[in-house]
Amino acid sequence: MELLDFARGPALQFALAVFVLGFLWRIVSLFLMPRTKDRSAARPGTRPALFAATREIIRRTAPDKAFGKHSLFALVNGYVFHVGLFIVIIGFAPHIVFFRDLLGVAWPSLPNNVIYAAGVITIASMMVALVRRFLNPVQRLISTLDDYFSWLVTFLPVLTGLLANSHLWVRYETLLAIHILSVELFLIWLPFGKLMHLALVFVTRSQIGTHLAHRGAQI
Amino acid sequence: MTREINVQAAANRFLAQISGNLGAYMEACLHCGHCADACHFYAVTDDPRYTPAYKLFPMARTYKRSKPPLSWFGGAPKVTEKDLQEWEELLFDSCTMCGRCTMVCPMGIDIASIVAASRQAFVAAGLGPPDLLQAAENARDKGSPLGVSADVLADRVEWLADDNEVDIPLDKEKADVLLTVSSIELMKYPDSLVAMAKLLNHAGIDWTLSSKGYEATNFGFLSGRSDIAKIMIQRIVDAAESVGAKTVVIPECGHAYGVLRWAGANILGKPLPFEVVHITEFLADLKRRGKLKLKPMGDAVTYHDPCQISRRGGATQAARDLLDGFATDFREMTPTGNHNWCCGGGGGVQAMSRAAGLRHKVFKLKMDQVEQTGADTMLSACANCRLTMDESKEHWHWDKDLGSLVEVLAEHIDESNAAA
Ligand code: SF4
Ligand code: SF4
Repeated sequence: MELLDFARGPALQFALAVFVLGFLWRIVSLFLMPRTKDRSAARPGTRPALFAATREIIRRTAPDKAFGKHSLFALVNGYVFHVGLFIVIIGFAPHIVFFRDLLGVAWPSLPNNVIYAAGVITIASMMVALVRRFLNPVQRLISTLDDYFSWLVTFLPVLTGLLANSHLWVRYETLLAIHILSVELFLIWLPFGKLMHLALVFVTRSQIGTHLAHRGAQI
Repeated sequence: MTREINVQAAANRFLAQISGNLGAYMEACLHCGHCADACHFYAVTDDPRYTPAYKLFPMARTYKRSKPPLSWFGGAPKVTEKDLQEWEELLFDSCTMCGRCTMVCPMGIDIASIVAASRQAFVAAGLGPPDLLQAAENARDKGSPLGVSADVLADRVEWLADDNEVDIPLDKEKADVLLTVSSIELMKYPDSLVAMAKLLNHAGIDWTLSSKGYEATNFGFLSGRSDIAKIMIQRIVDAAESVGAKTVVIPECGHAYGVLRWAGANILGKPLPFEVVHITEFLADLKRRGKLKLKPMGDAVTYHDPCQISRRGGATQAARDLLDGFATDFREMTPTGNHNWCCGGGGGVQAMSRAAGLRHKVFKLKMDQVEQTGADTMLSACANCRLTMDESKEHWHWDKDLGSLVEVLAEHIDESNAAA
């Protein structure tokens, strides 16, 4: 029981602290940098910035029609593991208990079969994403250590979560402890690398949306 | 030829330009590579180095290294002399700042803006294509990248006015509208100026050219020479102020429009004291107000959208409004408008002789597009696109015609019913 206690106790507190502080630091430090002000006269009839930003956040969720055929598969795969992760993280009953204890809010869970299926699909989809990163010449060239490490810390919680619930090999408690520790690793790394795109996506989409709307260029 | 490369100067210039906006873009790249397919340079070569995201690397590396936590440990890789040498081609020869990559980027990263900023750092380090930099210096010293000094301008205006029996006012004391020209037009497509003069005269506009500020292109901006960019903009501001013009019209040149319309005020640090419109916008407005009477044209034509006017300029509709009801057999390309493929020569790439081979390859995309429409003529509203495409057309011995939208309009002015 010792490892599980550690994972659920001090390790979790530490990870949450790093996550929250790191997250705040990353966002605050970005917004403390001076922002360029666009002095050009807006195209007449430009919608308010807030409208343009919201529109862009929503619009870019669907692929643009300039999308290349080569990357269509990767694009679809990207949706698959993002949706898969989402389902597993917020739909699994024990996770909801965790969120209830942490945040004080709860919601209905999804059936375990659905969670398993989503977990397995997510694992497969993430493996495909990794293989593509290795094999696709474009992705291989532009990938950095951050890309691989971020993949790993996202993959481990899904894998250990599935293993813990398949009741194979090791004791359930040990696997659960490892699962929790892997989630903590994910939380600790999140603010410092590319995983931060989960917040930055709102920033950059808003920026480009308002920038182009100012010009009346609605792409 | 070996050139002295000042790595520190590049780093300083990179960092001096970092803002919250650019910083967010550089932090946000997922290295998903989706942008590659959207870039014409990758699309025609399959060379992964041309991936738009890869073009962010020098600036992004410098930025990330300067920011905690990496700056605490000094852990991030530094941009080296070798890197600068390697990326020079990627940031100059193989980016036309067309903005097409941004359309597919899930994060919406404005790669073209980062390329523009990066060019400044490369030039500070002593890099950059010599002919592009020369064009910028010519603009500063002689008034125009192709050496059109005020005297040459006066000569050509006189010659064109006489030859074509058209009034081309130069240095009128006061005028509502200041017209600018691109030296590419003056030297290679002089009919373009004649066409603009005919159309403006036909509509009864009070306009003039000014020897104080006439050059619309801004090679200072394209070559990463922000000092020259500012001088070029200031000249137009001075000219407009001296004639009291409320409107400055940009001729058929995409980057000229993009720089003055959208970057001008930011480069000067204050709003421009006049409205900037592209010639297609100006004419479309005249047409809407019934001041432009045209005889219909039945030729099978298509239209090439200059990136800086359409996708990045927001004036996509102007050309369509002009063609509507005038070109009775107008055929859109696929993709078109904001999604159109670049000519391959934007962003100053046209002025880099060493990039010619790459440009010609890019033009194949355009040839295919035009052929699919079945049109005989491809019109455009940018002399820089036109020159790029004319050169590539010759290279491939392509049999379609290229033309200027404004010239075609001028050829079809209906004088029988001239505006009052
Ligand atoms: S701006 Fe255009 S040329 Fe430059 S990287 Fe993007 S798609 Fe390619
Ligand atoms: S599409 Fe955007 S996020 Fe993806 S690699 Fe290109 S620039 Fe980066």
